[in-house]
Amino acid sequence: MNDQREQLLTRVRKALEVPAEKPAGHHDQASEPRIAGKHAATEWLPLVGPSFEERLALYAKNAKELTADFRFIQGGIPALVAELQEIAKTEGWTGVATHAGELTEAAAGALGLPVVRTECGYDVDALEKCSAGITACEALVAQTGSVLVTSRSSGGRALSVLPPHHVVVARREQIVADMTEAYALLASRYSESGYPSMISFISGPSRTGDIERILVLGAHGPKRLTVLCI
Amino acid sequence: MNITLFVPCYIDACYPKVGQSVVEILERLGHTIDCPREITCCGQPSFNSGYWDETREVAVKVLDRLKDAEVVVIISGSCGAMVKNFYPELFKGRPEEAAALALSEKVYEFSDFLVTKLGVTDLGARFPHKVTFHDGCHGRRELGIKAQPRALMAQVKGLELIEMEEAETCCGFGGTFSAKFPSVSSAMGEGKIASALETEAEYIVSNDSSCLMHQQGLIDRQNKPIKTIHLAEVLNHR
Amino acid sequence: MSTTPAAAEFKKEAAVITRDLRHRAVIRGALKKYEVVRDDKKARFQNWQQARYLASDIKWDAVNHLDTYLAEFAKNLEARGGKVHWASDAAQAREIILGIVKEKNAKAIVKSKVMTGEEIHINEALEEAGYEVVESDLGEYICQLRKEAPYHFVFPAMHLTRGEISQTFTKELGSAPTNSPEELTMIARRVLREKYIKADIGISGANFAIAETGMISITENEGNARLTCALPKTHIALMGIEKLLPKLSDLALFLPMLGTAGCGQLLTGYNTMYGGPKQPGEADGPEEFHVVLLDNRRTDLLASSEQRDALQCMRCGACLNVCPIYKNIGGHTYGTTYQGPIGSVITPHLRNLQEFKHLVFCSSLCGACTEACPVKIDLHHHLLQSRRDAIAEKAVWWERLTFKACAVIFNHAWVFSLGEKLGRIGQIFHPLIKNTPLDPARAWTASRELPKVAPQTFREWWSHRK
Repeated sequence: MNDQREQLLTRVRKALEVPAEKPAGHHDQASEPRIAGKHAATEWLPLVGPSFEERLALYAKNAKELTADFRFIQGGIPALVAELQEIAKTEGWTGVATHAGELTEAAAGALGLPVVRTECGYDVDALEKCSAGITACEALVAQTGSVLVTSRSSGGRALSVLPPHHVVVARREQIVADMTEAYALLASRYSESGYPSMISFISGPSRTGDIERILVLGAHGPKRLTVLCI
Repeated sequence: MNITLFVPCYIDACYPKVGQSVVEILERLGHTIDCPREITCCGQPSFNSGYWDETREVAVKVLDRLKDAEVVVIISGSCGAMVKNFYPELFKGRPEEAAALALSEKVYEFSDFLVTKLGVTDLGARFPHKVTFHDGCHGRRELGIKAQPRALMAQVKGLELIEMEEAETCCGFGGTFSAKFPSVSSAMGEGKIASALETEAEYIVSNDSSCLMHQQGLIDRQNKPIKTIHLAEVLNHR
Repeated sequence: MSTTPAAAEFKKEAAVITRDLRHRAVIRGALKKYEVVRDDKKARFQNWQQARYLASDIKWDAVNHLDTYLAEFAKNLEARGGKVHWASDAAQAREIILGIVKEKNAKAIVKSKVMTGEEIHINEALEEAGYEVVESDLGEYICQLRKEAPYHFVFPAMHLTRGEISQTFTKELGSAPTNSPEELTMIARRVLREKYIKADIGISGANFAIAETGMISITENEGNARLTCALPKTHIALMGIEKLLPKLSDLALFLPMLGTAGCGQLLTGYNTMYGGPKQPGEADGPEEFHVVLLDNRRTDLLASSEQRDALQCMRCGACLNVCPIYKNIGGHTYGTTYQGPIGSVITPHLRNLQEFKHLVFCSSLCGACTEACPVKIDLHHHLLQSRRDAIAEKAVWWERLTFKACAVIFNHAWVFSLGEKLGRIGQIFHPLIKNTPLDPARAWTASRELPKVAPQTFREWWSHRK
């Protein structure tokens, strides 16, 4: 294995001995000229307003476009629980799965339904049969309408993707402006202690366009994504 | 201004009116025109076919004949791109590289020359027809020409421009490609013409006769109810 | 052009499919939808063009320091319990993967979309060794059931109508016929759910690999990769060595660029980074995480200082989606793992220039690909360079002779004028042989009318006038 590694790296080094020109630098008359100086991705990516209200509004707009059900709830945990009970009743849930956490436990516990917990190992079949997976998250990203989850924040890898309905419970402080801020947040949380083994930006429910480019939800993962934010 | 006009080979042979229109327009604007007899072709067919040595034989002569020109106008986006962008590539690391770069600096495609260099858009033309415009790929994507022909057409009295959806899509000519892969080339051309027909225009206008030669060839074969015309002829029409 | 079997096949298939109006309509329809959403997302960028420059710079740095980043990636991933394998070619990669599968005593394997898997024919190798392999991406699954290669590396089943897909499902899965994309998707969902739960091994690709943290990143919409990397006990990721990015935060730019250019989504449904197997204290995840780094002659392309930037490609498919050649001949005609402009650029390097030179010649050089590429690969200029290289290696004698003759004609105006006069005479008699085997212009006249040499050429007019 070490031999193969050395052989491959040697070929790479040898190939790189001849320096290369930067692409499309020459005779490019058609492109917009590049703006000189050092620039960060945030300058070019979609704009996000500085205030909380702007971010909240942008998140709501993007989530809606992604067909996620985003609800910004006034009234703290009790209001969140009431909202969730309503959803459970309407959809006729028979059981939920969740993981340890202040919001998740409060939410799942108040439903009066059987609860599968993932943090100490679980039965895959049992998880698959749950009506919903209720998870916390690392952040909500206004720029893209995404939910950022990790294996640490959200009860492992499968919980947010195996049950047919993924419910995210979050706090308003968790809304971040953009992708750059999301990665900065992860770095501040984990770069010292070690990153979780899975980090995922979830943007809307599972979807496919593989049949005639027509959007169908719930291809493999959840058909529904609900984000409850207090 | 002393303008040296580069008339591409196929315009010389098949579309002389395009060249004549350019001469008349530029002379009316008070410029002196020179059309060097020795220049016939830029060498693009062999260049695009991979025969760069043979291309250099032609291009060296072009470089030499145009070295003293004040400004060079080429009546084609494609030939313009060849001289402006690809000659420096062709002579990279060779003694002629400096001459190629110097020529590149003073070469203009016709519509670009009028609008960018001369700052002229109104040529007093009248062309009472519905037209749609085909952006030749080399003019569009090698030279960045998009607004110039439209600025010129906007000043033509009676002309109504209806943009087609596929204005910037290649018509499938591609020089020797059209003969190497005729079925693909023709299918692309059919798509182009279908898009033009959707506009119900009477004419497809372009700043590149080579694209129009391909499109007209298909139109004639398939009896489609549309005609092609070079921008210069439109601008010289009264 | 001298004709290789691959070229002959290509020309034959191209001639058939370009006349298939139904095919033309299906592809045009599918890609129209893509264009609308892509333009909408591009417009949301504060500056898409500048974002392309930045993305190109980062990828250029990564590719031009690939040795450093590969070593850093491997070190960081190994520190987190991942296993890194180095495969020089397809055979080695297959051997590595088969070795892991055997060692694990695996029975069922589930795969999420991995183009490098197509490149090394991993499914065939695994099936031959007696393992069941199931593609979990819906489009790939449909292609697998039909025993077809993917038609497009982002939209594998783009060429099929719902009717054809329904027929395939009825035949292969015994499901009732339906006209609803929703129902068809749910049929596949039900079948594949079982497969995930049963599978011992999940095989995925990677869209990016992060040197700084030893992670891979997977972009998808369906959640099939999420499940493939969550449930099986062993996760194997197969990826080309060019996928490296220096920093985790680089993804803040690359994920939106990939989503926007690839399918007109600012971010696709799931963008997931995996750094190692299940870590202490985590609820689930594979016990083993293997990454197979594949060269398979990418280093040959790397050695081309002129075309090295082609390794910046992130396989978004944007160049295919705008390519008028692709739109007319479709993905299968190429006969290669990677289709479209990027395929025509890299295949001659990854395989053989002489065998695949027809691909570099089958382009009108319109440049739509170069304009669309989010990392600014100089695609159509590379096709020109490969034409030059192909001819320098092996010219076609009659072409060389023709262009030599052309050089003489073009360099002597009187010969050129004489040629025009001969053309004027020739065109009187041309109708007699037009579009017959005797017609020297048949490649043109089979589908088009020739232009006529004018009664008075421009040059004649000009000299009369003076």
